[in-house]
Amino acid sequence: MSQYKLDYLDLLEAESIHIMREVAGQFERPALLFSGGKDSITLVQLALKAFKPGKIPFPLVHIDTGHNFPEAIKYRDEVVERTGAKLIVRNVADTIKAKGLKEQTGKFASRNALQSYTLLDTIEEFGFDACIGGARRDEEKARAKERIFSVRDEFGAWDPKRQRPELWNLYNGKIAKGENVRVFPISNWVELDVWNYIKREQIELPSIYFTHEREVLVHGEYLVAVSPFIRIDEGDIIETRHVRYRTVGDMTCTAAVESTASTIDDIVAEIHKTNISERGETRIDDQISEAAMEDRKKNGYF
Amino acid sequence: MDLLRFITAGSVDDGKSTLIGRLLYDTDSIKVDQLETILKQSKNKSEGEIDLALFTDGLRAEREQGITIDVAYKYFNTEKRKFIIADAPGHTQYTRNMVTGASNSDLIIILVDARQGVIEQTRRHSIIASLLAIPHVVVTVNKMDMVHYSEAVYNDIVLDYMKMAEQLNIKDVTFIPISALNGDNIVKPSANTPWYEGETLLNLLETIDIANDINLTDPRFAVQYVIRPQSDDLHDYRGYAGKVVSGVYKKGDLVTVLPEGIDSEIEAVEINGEEVDIAFAPQSAVIRLKHDIDVNRGNVIATQANMPRVSQEVEAMLCWMDNKPLTPGNKYLIQVHGKTVRCVVKEINYKLDVNTLVKHDNIQQAGLNDIVNVTIKTATPIVFDSYESLRANGGAILIDETAFTTVAGCMLQ
Ligand SMILES: Nc1nc2c(ncn2[C@@H]2O[C@H](COP(=O)(O)OP(=O)(O)OP(=O)(O)O)[C@@H](O)[C@H]2O)c(=O)[nH]1
Ligand SMILES: [Mg+2]
Repeated sequence: MSQYKLDYLDLLEAESIHIMREVAGQFERPALLFSGGKDSITLVQLALKAFKPGKIPFPLVHIDTGHNFPEAIKYRDEVVERTGAKLIVRNVADTIKAKGLKEQTGKFASRNALQSYTLLDTIEEFGFDACIGGARRDEEKARAKERIFSVRDEFGAWDPKRQRPELWNLYNGKIAKGENVRVFPISNWVELDVWNYIKREQIELPSIYFTHEREVLVHGEYLVAVSPFIRIDEGDIIETRHVRYRTVGDMTCTAAVESTASTIDDIVAEIHKTNISERGETRIDDQISEAAMEDRKKNGYF
Repeated sequence: MDLLRFITAGSVDDGKSTLIGRLLYDTDSIKVDQLETILKQSKNKSEGEIDLALFTDGLRAEREQGITIDVAYKYFNTEKRKFIIADAPGHTQYTRNMVTGASNSDLIIILVDARQGVIEQTRRHSIIASLLAIPHVVVTVNKMDMVHYSEAVYNDIVLDYMKMAEQLNIKDVTFIPISALNGDNIVKPSANTPWYEGETLLNLLETIDIANDINLTDPRFAVQYVIRPQSDDLHDYRGYAGKVVSGVYKKGDLVTVLPEGIDSEIEAVEINGEEVDIAFAPQSAVIRLKHDIDVNRGNVIATQANMPRVSQEVEAMLCWMDNKPLTPGNKYLIQVHGKTVRCVVKEINYKLDVNTLVKHDNIQQAGLNDIVNVTIKTATPIVFDSYESLRANGGAILIDETAFTTVAGCMLQ
């Protein structure tokens, strides 16, 4: 029977493709949220494989905070070009202006939380009933609790107490008007699975995932890229280091890691060795409170 | 490397979350920053001691109350295997969340508190394990440290559980005496239980044979989506994208599209846009047929030699999961793979008493967490197998017609 044995990456892929197709089959207006980070890049690959030889039957949506790494934007546009997918971009800056939202202040003022407003507006504008996201349960303890089909009310809020039972691989995507579903096809993948998959599938990545020289602000344990979006104070330590990114989020709240890894194999080897989690090493915004993610999710965040 | 999905179950405070924390901790699966956070939160503990349950109790309410409310999924691997763990809540009130985690598990660890033995919630979770036909059951007698690692206490519980297992038709059961708190027999064999000659929990998890848990004999393919590129070069292409629920498919197979019962032949099986020799469970694939027939989401493609059932009336065991009770005559939506149709629960045939395992008939209503046997009539035919004979094609859910919540898990019979 060994010819019928699947490797764990095949099993994970099969499950994710099944979920992608459930979205296409159950919803009228789905969208895939695409940031240019490795998780959403993996989603695009899975969507491509799920619908071949057809095209991806839903648009890619980028909620643009304006604080992106230029390399990620360049990559985004290349993906759209290569796959022929439809791209929708909505800017957080526009929402801030239109709604008179108050921006965070401080050294690493981030628009991460304000993204939710733009996302909800975009969902409303296009009438999206399902949004596919690249969140993984291994990333964070509140995410570890979320269903694959996560029903959100019209404020996009996640109510952990009202999660629907989710049995076998039967996903209930029925919703009332105004509600939407966030779908997480790679819920069961861990960071290394994503890297191993990218390697196996030979997926190209934005260059910042590999080692490069960069001017960084040394902030305690974090190395934060020097950019117009962060405040440099007197006495700040600015150095040029060899770094790579383990996650690609906003320039304001994503830290780099010191590394000389220039290939995916190098990266996989480094992650095997590291004793710090992905979020712990790279996300400045989660260090504020123990329930930071849970609270953001309750406010419509992914 | 293969993948084992398992769940921890058992009554409130039996130590499920602690056990998972222990497994993760002793296999070095916890990163230093996560450990630091947990150390900070372990406020009821003395210096340097950690509350291992906090690794999975990720919601604020859970940490505040010291209980698990919803399933948490955790991931780790050893050199031998990858694991996906579901940590289930023990409270009766949250049984539906336990069922959620259990439905996808290949193995269930049922914890029993050595001081309490087999109690109602142990029985409830064992019944659910048996109804869901989870292939492997491991009973860990926990908190052995609190009964002085007594062999007699352990043996009594084993005997007690065996009696129940027999009644429930649970076959593959293994017992292990453990202390989740101290780590006895979890990753390392314990010196405190010299009388126990079996293997450690981790060893069992790493080596238990799961190759035969997937059905490769009864071909069932659930169509999820029809791929029609309609581009110039693929003008007439029609591919049925779906999941091989069970069995194996290949070119030339004589098939029937159900529930309509239209015969055809497989022209090609494709994965990732390329033709392959075979597709087998649980792969996602695309099937193309020789004949130009109408196939849609919700159809099942089966081989003519081996057919599932097609019916508008079915008996089912239900785990009722809604606060609103189930009353005969109530209408719902029933979802079986890609097919969702209206249905009515005609009758409650009996309710299973979780304590005595007696079947009570003459039941007017089923409430939250009840386990009942019902007769369901559907508006149009559904395609399924009996859950007992083919787990992958015998599960269904009931959905409330107006609130759209999932109200029951059904094991079709
Ligand atoms: N002495 C002793 N205490 C234990 C052991 N395992 C767990 N405990 C304690 O029992 C209590 C409950 O443990 P949890 O792991 O939270 O129990 P649980 O089964 O996950 O509980 P729920 O998820 O709420 O149903 C905690 O105070 C643990 O420290 C053990 O082996 N020995
Ligand atoms: Mg618990």
